[in-house]
Amino acid sequence: MAELELTKAELARYDRHLIMPEVGPAGQKKLKNSSVLCVGAGGLGSPLALYLAAAGVGRIGIIDFDVVDESNLQRQIIHDTPSVGTSKLASAKKRLNALNPHVQIETHEARLTSANAVELFKQYDVIADGTDNFATRYLVNDACVLTGKPNAYGSIFRFEGQLAVFGLKDGPCYRCLYPEPPPPGLVPSCSEAGVLGVLPGVIGTMQAIEALKLILGIGRPLSGRLMLYDALDQSWRTLKVKKSPTCPICSENPTIKAPIDYEAFCGLKEKPMSTPEISVQDLKAMLDKKEKFVLLDVREPHEYELAKIPGSTLIPLGALPERLAELDKSAKLVVHCKMGGRSARAVALLREKGYDATNVAGGINAWSESIDPSVPQY
Amino acid sequence: MSIEIRLPTALRAFADKQEKIVVNGKNVGDALDELFTTHPRLRQQLMAADGKLRSFVNVYVNDDDARDKQGLLTPIKEGDTILIVPAIAGGR
Repeated sequence: MAELELTKAELARYDRHLIMPEVGPAGQKKLKNSSVLCVGAGGLGSPLALYLAAAGVGRIGIIDFDVVDESNLQRQIIHDTPSVGTSKLASAKKRLNALNPHVQIETHEARLTSANAVELFKQYDVIADGTDNFATRYLVNDACVLTGKPNAYGSIFRFEGQLAVFGLKDGPCYRCLYPEPPPPGLVPSCSEAGVLGVLPGVIGTMQAIEALKLILGIGRPLSGRLMLYDALDQSWRTLKVKKSPTCPICSENPTIKAPIDYEAFCGLKEKPMSTPEISVQDLKAMLDKKEKFVLLDVREPHEYELAKIPGSTLIPLGALPERLAELDKSAKLVVHCKMGGRSARAVALLREKGYDATNVAGGINAWSESIDPSVPQY
Repeated sequence: MSIEIRLPTALRAFADKQEKIVVNGKNVGDALDELFTTHPRLRQQLMAADGKLRSFVNVYVNDDDARDKQGLLTPIKEGDTILIVPAIAGGR
């Protein structure tokens, strides 16, 4: 493809870049002729795509399949109130086009999968990982290594963030840092554990900085290092990350040569053994019939304060192993949480210990949705 | 000899909400054992059934990954900080 030159309007727009010798017209032209794929248009993807577009990255791809929800707006600043209920891609594209009409926005309305990741990544120079689950994070890592694309990685949890560049030729990949994902349910997701709204703004912006540095070839990429951000302490720490000589994908003798089944790798396919489930409608019927059972809520106390199903007993999942004695072994236990994930783990644990426990599918959110709308969803 | 162990937010719930805990010990394993004596619920979070560190939890001595040194046998000295860094995946 022929190199695109900067137009007069672009020269005016990018003045603050052009006057820095580290960028200059040559660097700005590099940005114009480069491309970045943002995986996810959420908390991290929002500031990332906004800053990449503002900076003049010529082609910005975004892959997402979600719809803007009101609860996204606390942090996903690319979307706005009128966009609630519309596609995240349409909302993001509209905003980015308005911000900078000189850049091209490519939307991919799909879930990133083992089948489409490699072909998609091949079309971009840099990949920026802003996903929200371990299965997709390992997929992004592997597809980056397989296509030789650098990954500007960021992830967040409550008040903490991680930042790194993975997949550079002599640098480590995400598997070198964490060879295996945690079992499902052990690490709560942001929708279960919460996240400070500004936090993805900090981490996503730093991902944008790394992406720009990679394209411009300036400075020292954050490869071989992991930065940890603690918003409460307002501190950064930099840790060393070595390329693992036994890494299954980025070492000399890789055993992974194509994307694998990430749901299986992350244990998402093993239906927890013997975790029987009932629906919220079943639960309502049991309550109406005044059946004898204990309704156990395994969420955290602050969640219990926000919303509860009347008559439930609270024992947070983390405290369950040591508070088993409080539960009657002869009783029928019906267990719920916010969305059904933590309670499934609680049911597995309880059944292992000989309790008669059943999970409530969809948790208290489903209860609010289908049974009692006066119970707030959060 | 005092060594500071710093816990991430996700694990503080298993340690009476403390973010740092001062322990003693000659190596990482000793320090963690002392941590588990006072906060037994952390053991299951950090250690696999075979007694090794879980593969999604990294332990750093200052800025070095203990796995790149001698693992649980990595020596520690007065003033070192042990950092526990589990994998996190949030982004949306």
